[in-house]
Amino acid sequence: MSTPVTPVAPPLKDELDIVIPTIRNLDFLEMWRPFFQPYHLIIVQDGDPTKIIKVPEGFDYELYNRNDINRILGPKASCISFKDSACRCFGFIVSKKKYIYTIDDDCFVAKDPTGKDINALQQHIHNLLTPSTPFFFNTLYDPYREGADFVRGYPFSMREGVPTAISHGLWLNIPDYDAPTQLVKPRERNTRYVDAVMTIPKGTIFPMCGMNLGFDRELIGPAMYFGLMGDGQPIGRYDDMWAGWCAKVICDHLSLGVKTGLPYIWHSKASNPFVNLKKEYKGIYWQEEIIPFFQSVTFSKESTTVQKCYIELSKMVKEKLSPVDPYFQKLADAMLTWIEAWEELNSPAKSAPAANADTKK
Amino acid sequence: MSETSINHDEVDIVIGALQLDLTSFMEEWRPVFSQFHLIIVQDPDLKGKLEIPAGFNFDLYTKSDIDGVLGSSSNAISFSGYSCRYFGYLMSQKKYIIAIDDDCIPAKDSTGNFVDAVAQHMTNLSTPATPFFFNTLYDPFCEGADFVRGYPFSLRSGVDCGLSCGLWLNLADLDAPTQALKPELRNNRYVDTVLTVPARTMMPVSGINIGFNRELVGPALLPAFRLAKEGNLRWETVEDIWTGMCVKVVCDHLRLGVKSGLPYVWRKERGNAIESLKKEWEGVKLMEDVVPFFQSLRLSTSAATAEDCVSEIAAAVKVQLAPANPIFARAAENMVELVKLWKRARTQ
Repeated sequence: MSTPVTPVAPPLKDELDIVIPTIRNLDFLEMWRPFFQPYHLIIVQDGDPTKIIKVPEGFDYELYNRNDINRILGPKASCISFKDSACRCFGFIVSKKKYIYTIDDDCFVAKDPTGKDINALQQHIHNLLTPSTPFFFNTLYDPYREGADFVRGYPFSMREGVPTAISHGLWLNIPDYDAPTQLVKPRERNTRYVDAVMTIPKGTIFPMCGMNLGFDRELIGPAMYFGLMGDGQPIGRYDDMWAGWCAKVICDHLSLGVKTGLPYIWHSKASNPFVNLKKEYKGIYWQEEIIPFFQSVTFSKESTTVQKCYIELSKMVKEKLSPVDPYFQKLADAMLTWIEAWEELNSPAKSAPAANADTKK
Repeated sequence: MSETSINHDEVDIVIGALQLDLTSFMEEWRPVFSQFHLIIVQDPDLKGKLEIPAGFNFDLYTKSDIDGVLGSSSNAISFSGYSCRYFGYLMSQKKYIIAIDDDCIPAKDSTGNFVDAVAQHMTNLSTPATPFFFNTLYDPFCEGADFVRGYPFSLRSGVDCGLSCGLWLNLADLDAPTQALKPELRNNRYVDTVLTVPARTMMPVSGINIGFNRELVGPALLPAFRLAKEGNLRWETVEDIWTGMCVKVVCDHLRLGVKSGLPYVWRKERGNAIESLKKEWEGVKLMEDVVPFFQSLRLSTSAATAEDCVSEIAAAVKVQLAPANPIFARAAENMVELVKLWKRARTQ
């Protein structure tokens, strides 16, 4: 556990929602019970809405299936993916909490090198409640951690850091590889426990994995749209990547921090590499254009909020990436739809929770 | 860039001797150092004869050698204190240099095994770096790891690594105010990773435990910037921080990588942070001006070698920083002189 030097506030149980997309079952929650039970869960059920997904006893949750998504968003539901874990971002819109932790249903509790169970949620909370340091790299990694500090040569004017918007955790066992790598190295497992949290520097983008991810919804929520993937779309397995690239350039513009490293979870299921290859195929080519696009994004000085940045970004996507494929025109439109949906459900007038979701106390 | 393996005879290990008796230092490193050619440079302010145990293949340089090479430049440029090791960089004819402070001994990793810091630096320098996109599993070229989903394929060959920055257990390289505030703070955490510091991200390069490709970046690692009262404790110097910023700008411009992380060395207790605090530490204040300068520095497309880059940096320092403080004017002049020295040493 990377513990802050200065103790942080209590565990945020009334300020954090855990968002879980699922199409299978929620059996994995049993293992997480000691860590998750105090928290409210938002389950986003993908796929067949008539299937009943059983939530283990004792959890406080709301569950949304596709019918709920369509009912709540109306025509705007078109921006939420179907048959892809990208649908999780619906949970981000309907949440009323300040913080979100999202985890996949094939992710279990990992052990640290001493054999102790890792409370991933607590680590994400530590990460989100302590500053980030994107302007200058600290060679001893997280300087706010117990047992560490800023090294010699680190400018004093930068030691206060900036607020942390995103906490990106990692995975032991099945690593998050793309299909070609999986095909070449089917047996590779990640066994290296790297005991560090670090800030990803400003101006550097990264591949954000949605399997084990925390963020401050108030700081960056509107940028955490997971795109158009899955059924009826030419691409899959790039949902979290897309959200990560958009969110990072916005964080850089607004001087917010993104951390990566601890906590680890245990990723148990390797998806089928041939299925993955079909989904990712176009993305592998497209990302060669997408990355230079994001690396050169600059925002106007009028873009002072996440929403304004995101709207400006959608225009740039439409202009610069449509030549790559018409898909990006659709995606740019969906980005705008997402923002409209976000504003509609999160404006001050709508402070009551979304009606008629299946809830249980 | 594919992996290359480095032969021992392509490496010089450079040791700046700031203490006379190197026996315990050399004995601790014997299993590693005995396989390499060493360049030992005696701090020209250190009077007396160095004690070096038998069984090592080394060349020794002292004040008279330094004065001989500096000739008429000796007024401005100083190789005293921690800067003495740079003289070793100048004298070396090898492709790779690894340098470790003389108060550091081998560390043990988290399973209790002896860490061969030299071998790790060699691995870092001979495997590609990946500065243009962050890999969340850190070094993709090490055993058991790879590039993650979402990493562009066109960036997966990486670039040459110009500099390898190691870390320190026990006494970390903290500045004097920090260590004085936390006198008990020791670094006990072995973080098992190497990563590439992204392009255009600035970092504090510590000279305590480094390796570099002398052919690619050598001219940037020369002692141009010195405080008025630079001391011989790391708490009282910033010369490596300055050269580190220069090297990073050079590497970013020439599309070379800078790695940070493993290997660790064990740094012994030495000196007193509070005593160092009492001395003048203007360097800390100066760094505040220096960082924005380096962060925004862009070199011209015609700068194709490290020498070209350093010359351009020197010119920019003279124009942008020197007006604020004569120490920068001296640094700029030194950089120009040192590039000349470098070129001269290469032709000999």
